[in-house]
Order: sequence, then C-alpha cells, then structure tokens
Amino acid sequence: MNGDVLLILIVVLPFVGSVLAATFRPNARNSEAWLAGGVALACLILAAIAYPAIVEHGAIRSESEWLPTLGLNFTLRMDGFAWLFSVLVSGFGFLVVLYARYYMSPHDPVPRFFAFLLAFMGAMLGMVISGNLVLLVIFWELTSIFSFLLIGYWHHNAGARDGARMALTITGIGGLGLLVGVLLIGHIVGSYDLDRVLAAGDQIREHDLYVPALILILLGTLTKSAQFPFHFWLPNAMAAPTPVSAYLHSATMVKAGVFLMARLWPVLSGTPEWFWIVGFAGMASLLVGAFFAIFQHDLKGLLAYSTISHLGLITMLLSLGSPLGAVAAIFHMINHATFKASLFMAAGIIDHETGTRDMRRLGGLFRYMPITATLAMVASAAMAGVPLLNGFLSKEMFFAEAIETHAKSVLDTSAPYVAVLASAFAVTYSLRFIHTVFFGPKPTGLERQPHEPPFWMRFPIQFLVLACLVVGTIPALTVGPFLHTAVISVLGPNTPFYSLAVWHGFTLPLLMSAVALVAGVVLYLLLNGYLNRSEAGPPFIRRLQAQRIFERVLVVLSWKWARSIEARLGTRRLQPQLRLLVVAAFIAALLPISLDDLSLTSLRISEIDAVFVLIWVSGICCAVSAAYQAKYHRLAALILLGGAGLSTCITFAWFSAPDLALTQLLVEIVTTVLLLLGLRWLPKRIEEEGPKTVSLGTRFRRVRDFGIAVAAGGGVGVLAFVAMTSPVPLETVASYYLEKAYVEGGGKNVVNVILVDFRGFDTLGEVSVLAVVALTVFALLRRFRPAADSIAVPDQQRMQNDFDEAEPDRKVGDTIADYLLVPAVIMQWAFPVIIVLATYLFLRGHDLPGGGFVAGIAMAAAFILQYMAAGTRWVEERLRILPVSWIGLGLLLAALTGMGAWLFGYPFLTTYSQYVELPTVGATPLATALLFDLGVLGIVVGATVLMLIALAHQSTRGLRSARVATEAEQEEA
Amino acid sequence: MELVLAISIATLAGSGVWLLLRPRTYQVIVGLSLISYAVNLFIFSMGRLRHDAAPVLSGQTGNLADYADPVPQALVLTAIVIGFATTALFLVVLLASRGLTGTDHVDGREPE
Repeated sequence: MNGDVLLILIVVLPFVGSVLAATFRPNARNSEAWLAGGVALACLILAAIAYPAIVEHGAIRSESEWLPTLGLNFTLRMDGFAWLFSVLVSGFGFLVVLYARYYMSPHDPVPRFFAFLLAFMGAMLGMVISGNLVLLVIFWELTSIFSFLLIGYWHHNAGARDGARMALTITGIGGLGLLVGVLLIGHIVGSYDLDRVLAAGDQIREHDLYVPALILILLGTLTKSAQFPFHFWLPNAMAAPTPVSAYLHSATMVKAGVFLMARLWPVLSGTPEWFWIVGFAGMASLLVGAFFAIFQHDLKGLLAYSTISHLGLITMLLSLGSPLGAVAAIFHMINHATFKASLFMAAGIIDHETGTRDMRRLGGLFRYMPITATLAMVASAAMAGVPLLNGFLSKEMFFAEAIETHAKSVLDTSAPYVAVLASAFAVTYSLRFIHTVFFGPKPTGLERQPHEPPFWMRFPIQFLVLACLVVGTIPALTVGPFLHTAVISVLGPNTPFYSLAVWHGFTLPLLMSAVALVAGVVLYLLLNGYLNRSEAGPPFIRRLQAQRIFERVLVVLSWKWARSIEARLGTRRLQPQLRLLVVAAFIAALLPISLDDLSLTSLRISEIDAVFVLIWVSGICCAVSAAYQAKYHRLAALILLGGAGLSTCITFAWFSAPDLALTQLLVEIVTTVLLLLGLRWLPKRIEEEGPKTVSLGTRFRRVRDFGIAVAAGGGVGVLAFVAMTSPVPLETVASYYLEKAYVEGGGKNVVNVILVDFRGFDTLGEVSVLAVVALTVFALLRRFRPAADSIAVPDQQRMQNDFDEAEPDRKVGDTIADYLLVPAVIMQWAFPVIIVLATYLFLRGHDLPGGGFVAGIAMAAAFILQYMAAGTRWVEERLRILPVSWIGLGLLLAALTGMGAWLFGYPFLTTYSQYVELPTVGATPLATALLFDLGVLGIVVGATVLMLIALAHQSTRGLRSARVATEAEQEEA
Repeated sequence: MELVLAISIATLAGSGVWLLLRPRTYQVIVGLSLISYAVNLFIFSMGRLRHDAAPVLSGQTGNLADYADPVPQALVLTAIVIGFATTALFLVVLLASRGLTGTDHVDGREPE
C-alpha cells in the first residue's frame, strides 16, 4: 500500500469510527465494541504493513498542503519511534475496547464512551505521527480535550467533574505553553517541519531564545506526563472509568509528555538547563510518586502515584543527556505501559466484582479469583522490578545510568541513592497491593460474592502479563528488533551499543536491585500495621496537598480577583459603556492626527449650490429636532428621521450615485414602516406641563453628553472635510474596477459589477448576515410576548364600532374595513406595477442603476403595501408569501451559482457574461452574475418581508389574546 | 459644497451620538439611524464629491477622471441594507426587552 494513504488512513479511521460510534443506540455495547475493536485492529494492521518500509527507509512521509503560507502543512511522518507508539496506541486500544465491553454496565450510555475513546485514539495516533510541530500541538490539545471528556464520562459524579476540570486546566495550560514553545522553535529554525527541526539541534541550542522555548515546551510535556509539581491531576483523574485509566492515564496519553521529550531529545537535550529542569522534575516525581503510592488506600490511587513515579524514572533517564539513558527511557515506556495497563484492568475487575477499591476493606480474594490474582501478582512483580520480568530489565539499565557521572552536581551524585530508595518504595507498594487484596482474611461487608470475570474480560490482562514474562526472559528475541528501530530513529548515528540480556553478571546494578528488593520488603513489614489504620495520604504532610493549593489559586484567580475587578471596573449599565466607547473612538481618531495634516493648503472646494444648501438646512433641522423629540414625541421623531434620510438620499443622487439614492429611498420606506409597527408597544411618555425641575445630576449629565456629542460630531465633520478636499491619488483601486468592469465583468454599472462579481464573496457574506438577522427576528418574535398596547382604541374606531352595533344590518368591523378605502385600492393596484418596476430594476442592474438589492427592497415594499392596504388576514387568505423559502432559495441560488464555476475549473464565484436577445425586452446582459444577483434579490425580499410580517403579526396576536381574555371574562360573568 | 456636506455629516453624527447616550431605547435606535446616515455619507464622500460625473460606463473602459468612484458606492450600498437589518434586529430586541421588563430603559430597569 502507498505510504501516503496508509498514514492518512491511520489518522482518519479512528475519527470516522468515532462519528459512527456516536450514532449507535445507547445500549449497543456489542456493536460498539465490534466497531471500536475493528478500527483499533485496522490501525494496528496498517502499522504492521508500514514496518518493512520504515526499517528500509528510516521513515515514511505523507505531505499535503494545508496553510502553506504559514508554513503549516498536514505532514505525517512515521519513523521507528512513531511506529512503536502507533503500535502501542492501537494495540492497547484494541485490548482496552475488549475489556471495556465487559466493564461498562448496560445502563451506561456507551456510544458516548466509545466515540470519545476512538476520537482519543485518533488524536493520539495523529500526535505521534505528526511531521509538523504545529500539527502535533493540535493533536496534543485534542488528546487533552478527549481526556477531559472521558474523565468526566460519569458526569453525574462531582468527583469526575472536578477531576476532569483539573486535568483539562493543567494540561491545557501546558498545551498553551507548548504551542508558544513550538512557535519559538519554528522561529529559530524557520520551519515547523519535524525533519528540519531535528536537523537543527545546534542552531536551536545556541539561540538566545533556547531557554524560553525549552521552558515552554517542558511546561507542556511535564504537565502532560503528570510530573512534579504538576503531578496532582493524575490521581484525581482516576474518577474516570477504569478502561480510560488503563488506556489514557497509564499506557498512552501520559506517555505523550515523555514521548515528545524523547522526540525532541536530539535537539533540546545536553545543556545544563535541560539537565536541571528535567532532571529535577524527574527525580522529584520518581521519589514523591513512589512514596505517596505507599500510603494510598484506593487501588487506583496507588497505581496513579506509581505511574507518576515510573514516568519520573523515564523523565530522569531523558534528562541525563546520554544516549544509553535515552535507550533505557524508550524501553521503559514500553514496559511500563504493559504492566501498568494490566494492573489497572485487574483493579477494575476487583472493583467490578467486590464493589470497592478500598484496600482496607479488601482481602483474601485469591480464593475467589485465583487466575486474576496470579496475573495481578506477576504484573506487580514486574512493577516492583523482580528479575525475569520486563520491569527488571529497564530498571537495571536505569541503575546502570544512575551510577554513571554525567554532569557533576548534587543531582547527579544523589541519583544512585534516590534510584535505590524509589525502587525500594516500589517494592513496598507492589507488595502492599498484592498482600492486602489477595491474601489475609476474607473481606467483610461486600455487596456481592466476588468471582472470576468472564474470559474475554480477563484476556487483555493475560495477554499483557504474558508479554511481561516473555519480554522479561527473552528480550533480545522479542522486543529487541523493534526497540532497535525506534532507538535508531531517535538517536540516529549516536545510537550506542546496548545489550538486552537478562544476565550481565554480578554487577553494581544487580546489587542495587537486591538492596532495593530487601529494603522494600522490610519497609512493608514495618509499615503494614500503620497502613491499615492510617488515613489516606503520607504521614506528616497529609494536609499539604498540591490539589488544595491548585484549587485555592483557582478560587483566588477566577473568583475573588475576577469579581473584585468586575466590581471595580465593570458596570451593567449601558450608558457608561457607550460613553466610554464614543470617547475612546474619539481619542483613537484624534491621536494620530497632527496639526500639519489638517493644513488646508491644497483646498479643492467646488462651488456652493443654493439648492443643496437648502436641502441640508432642512436635513440638519430634521436631525437636530429628531434628537430633541425622540423622548416624548416618537412619531414626530420618526418623521424627522425620515427627513434627514431624504436629505441623505438626495445627496447621493446629487453627487452621481443613483444606485445609492435608489437604495436609500427604498430602505427609508421599509425602515419607517418597521419602526411605525413597533411604536405601539412602547410605554406612554407624556411631557409634564409647566416649569420642570431638573436635578443637578441630570443637568450635569446632559451638559457632559452634549459636549461629547459636539466633540464627536465636530471631529467626524473635520475629518470628512479634510478628506474631501484633499486631492485624489492618481491610482486608486477604483481605476482597476473601472477598467475591468466591462471587459471582465460584462457590465457597465460598475457598482453592481463590484457587488455581484469582483467582490461577490463579500456580498454573499453580507446577504447571509441579512438572512441570519431576519431569521433571528422571526425566532425572537415567535416566543415574544408584546407589552400591553400603550394607547387605547382610538375614538374614531370606537365610534365606528358603536355605529355598527346600532345598525341591525351591519356587523361590527364593517365600517373599519372601509377605512382608507381609496388609498387601499390604489395600493392594491400598485402591486403589479411595483413588481414590474422591481423586475425592471433587477434586469437592468448590470448595466444601469438597479440590481438585486434595490429590486429586492422594491418587491418587498410591494408586499408590505398589500398588508398595509388590506390587513394581514385579507392578504394571507389570498397571497401565500413564504419569506423563509425566499431566503433559502436565494442563498442556495447564490451559492450554487458560485459553485457552478467549479464545474468549469474556475475558482468559486467566477462569472461568465453574455448578451442574450430576449423577446420584447431586447438585448439583456446575461452574466452568471445575474443568477447570483437573483439570489441576492431572493434573500433581500425574503428577509425584509419576513421581518416586517413577523412584526405585523404581533398586532393580530395581541388582538387575539385580548379577545381570549374578554371571552374568559364573559364566561366568568 | 464640501463644507456644507461636512457640516451636515457633523450634525448628523453629533445628534446621533447625543441620542446614543440617552436612557430610552427608542432614543438609541433613532440615534443609531442618524449615525448610520452620517457614516454612510462619510464613506461616500471618500470618493470625493463629483456632481454630474457619469456613474455608468459609456465605453468599454473608463478612468477615474471621467467617472464617479464606484468603490465607496459599493461599500455604502451594502451598508445601507445591513443597516436596515440591524435596525430591525435592534427594534425587536427593544420590544422584547420592553415586554419582559416592563420598561423602555436601556438597562431594563428604571434608575433608582
């Protein structure tokens, strides 16, 4: 199979599987397991197929362009190390799926579980085979997110929610650091491509930004691998279902941190900074994790701290900067995954069978489940580093490295002692795990009788324990070649000689192992009594919990400080916010202007026309009076607003913009209708008669706001004046459009050609906004409860109704129906005329003033007029307008026209133009842009009509509710 | 002419800003409409004021000296339509707020 396809399949398959898994029935455990297991197995097989090519060529790559201008390509790259991890991730994925099939209860919603698990697998596989650092960070963040979702799977449990949130906060902060660190690396190297970064080790280490980049990247890796001082999220993540703990929090995701450190090891390691930071974190985690693990009562808590400790061991090996240390680190990654996952699964079985994970309550389980107990014992022995098991081998390599001197310092001198001590602790907690759970007195007060789990639930453990044994006895024959491929891909020519033999003779490491074993057993014997009585947590420093510190910091940051800042700086009142906005805008415009720019030397003023002055004298009067009247005389203000709008409209026409004038005029009409419709629900506000008393505060506010208004208006005016009078640059973007409008756009109305052709994509966006707004208005009004009408039924209507009641041959409402009869008839007759006008405006739009926008609003006005003339009910009995369909069809047409260009191999929204001879109309420019414009027309008609009609319907609804209320009253009476 | 239009833009913007800072929703909606007139005219005036310039091409191509600048016009044309949409949205929000809170104050409650 082609390497390209293979790599893409490995990443894509799990995500496809995830989407599929999400669609299954809630209790479809079997089909989910088949699907997820199949996907994991497929990935495993794909990886296996890739192996020969990797051995031969070193790495296989697949590269596709993504954001090439940013140096971001979707590059996948699988070398030996990535291959090893791909096998771990997909192989463990398969085993965990098998286990989870039996672990999950029939009541759990399994589609969510398997969908997240598969998506996590995809993210993890993507992370390990990313060939681009930014891509790697993206997959890295995805693993954090799916880990969050999986920890919080049982979200009814507060512990699960808190644990999930904590894990996401810690790893998310680390991920942010990693992103910035990677960007710095990209800046240093000039590329995010992994191959180029790996080749630029010296360049990176010598760069000034090396230390910040290193610290940021380590922030990412150490948080992910739960290393001291960020270790505390891992024990809290144990609220996750056990298959998740086994998969994410022991075998794979927590390994991502050490994976990346090993990946970048050739580039970043070997400096004092690396040695100190990584070495300290590793050593502290190794020791603290092992020590804390002894004092846990929760089985999974013990395993979680043990994981921290073992990851610390790997980190410490990587910190040394010696190739042999790196070999040991990679080897231990495999070994730890094998025995720790099996132990987690065993802990899950115990929990499943007994209903508790508390070691103080458990005991004597060997007689109920001998096979599981044996398996768990072998795995614990591997964890403790007992000879003939895989844990022993990598631990021996670790001891051998610890006694070597790498960089003379306290850290280096103390390393052998710390190593032995931590190993002794590991022996102690492993022994405790075995002894308290499987031996001793029978457990009391269990909810059910424990027994062996189903065979297939135990199978993953059997498989992994067998692996521990086989690797532990014949390492060179089993894991040897694969480990070698991985090591070569990381170390390259620096690969040292190493031997995977079980027996190296009587050496110092062997002595250290023996000391650790004996010391561990002795320590357990000493502590046994205390452990069974004590609370959870290590003695003396039980109360000092990193978790509490973390929570306190969070509370202070996100609650206390946030609230005090909000209380001091924030306001929920709109006016101060708007005032601030206006003043800020004013200052922002003022700052860059120097007085020189405003010198009016190059004044170019055209002659003043008296008519134009008159137009604006009235326009200004209208605007100022509207501002003055808007509080008490809304209708007057609305009319005055229209006056100012008309002046604007005439200005457009005056200065050679007929398109704008037309649009402004029509929009003015619909806006006025719209606001008129809304007026009735605003509260009555009657101006007080006589002398008014205005408080000092109010007066101050008015003076201040008046000052702001004058300053803002004056500023805009000055800017406009200066801009208008400065000379036109010779070449503006307009020249381009004027030259190309007809030649390339096939239209003579340049404005329209810009809208539907050159900037068609912008227009598509704008009409989409229009459609969204209309739908929002519609949705808001559907659930809308209008306020009571502010004004009672007018006298005229009441009198007319009274008249109808008095006359025996008239029904109530007959007279009102004839209200404004003559205008109504004219409006009805105007309907076809306006439609024709709209069509005319639309068809000529490409060459003459007009176009989809104008035509759309004109057509909408025609519909609105019908409503105004005859009332909602009359119109809707006769004319079915489906504005939502207009919007939908319009959007569809515009988008399809744009996509049509693809058929001919052109980019989206490329147009084609041709004149067509239409009967009676004559030669009409028929560009495909016309179809696009038709879409625009549809959207404008639909949106305008939808909004106005939705608002108009409110009045009938108000009438209906009033009628229902009166009927109810009558019934009561 | 430039002076006349600049004064008009200034007045429209000033009246609009004054209304924007008022406490009643209806005042704000009228203010926003006035500001949008001012802004549209402002953008339009960036193409300079050209009385009697041809807005539509007469030949195959044209240069800027003979024609009105089409770019600000295209900008303003969509701005007018979008302005209508936002006015409508604001009006509905205003009415909903009035229905829910019983007041037409911008903060949804009368000041103490």
